[in-house]
Amino acid sequence: MKDLKSQVSRSTTPGKGGLTPEIQSRIGHQLRAMYDDVVRQGVPDRFAELIKKLDAQGAAPQVENDAGSNDNNNGRD
Amino acid sequence: MPLTDSLRNDILAAVPSLRAFAISLSGNADRADDLVQETLLRALANIDSFQPGSNLPAWLFTILRNLFRSDYRKRRREVEDAEGNYAKTLKTQPSQNAHLEFEEFRTALEKLPQDQREALILVGASGFSYEDAASICGCAVGTIKSRVNRARSKLAALLYVDGAEDFGPDETVRAVIGGSGG
Repeated sequence: MKDLKSQVSRSTTPGKGGLTPEIQSRIGHQLRAMYDDVVRQGVPDRFAELIKKLDAQGAAPQVENDAGSNDNNNGRD
Repeated sequence: MPLTDSLRNDILAAVPSLRAFAISLSGNADRADDLVQETLLRALANIDSFQPGSNLPAWLFTILRNLFRSDYRKRRREVEDAEGNYAKTLKTQPSQNAHLEFEEFRTALEKLPQDQREALILVGASGFSYEDAASICGCAVGTIKSRVNRARSKLAALLYVDGAEDFGPDETVRAVIGGSGG
């Protein structure tokens, strides 16, 4: 997960792919900007609650039928 | 193994990147969140097969990537119907002046072959090593490297056309530039 910059620059052999370092870095910058825009949104409640709920169930393997049945956990913590 | 607090926290901590990966792959925020949800369900149902100490994000990304690919085959036709609408479904709101550039970039990314797109995202945005990306995609490290390089060349050709002649004749690039839909 680290070392992104050195990875990217190591992989660029200018001339081979015809990419200038400037274009490489523009692509990298835009790619990360797009990606980080989503990452910055954090963890939506939906997923925090899902994990909490599954955790409480002991991670029971009820994978198939999860849709639509429990938007609210009425009467439960 | 049981779901320890620390494992649960690590899974939660991976959710933002999983969403970003899913949106980059699918181009659709709603579908991306469904993918993330299914990934979490699978991960927790199969938590026994996770080896403590190994790379949790890579494990989760592998699940999501496999779900996306099996789903993708089924949904191919629907996706074609919805072509061009994906950007409108994105919930992310980049700042106004960056918006156009974002759109352009997303559109170009969407035009890459799926293999190349996922390799580029994993290495260039998620920050995985080539080795981890190869293990997530179930292919050789050299294959990942070559996909990433080809993805970059195509993006460059699509986005910065003035330099495109330098890339040499590449049928796929030309097909993409020509907007050939098959």
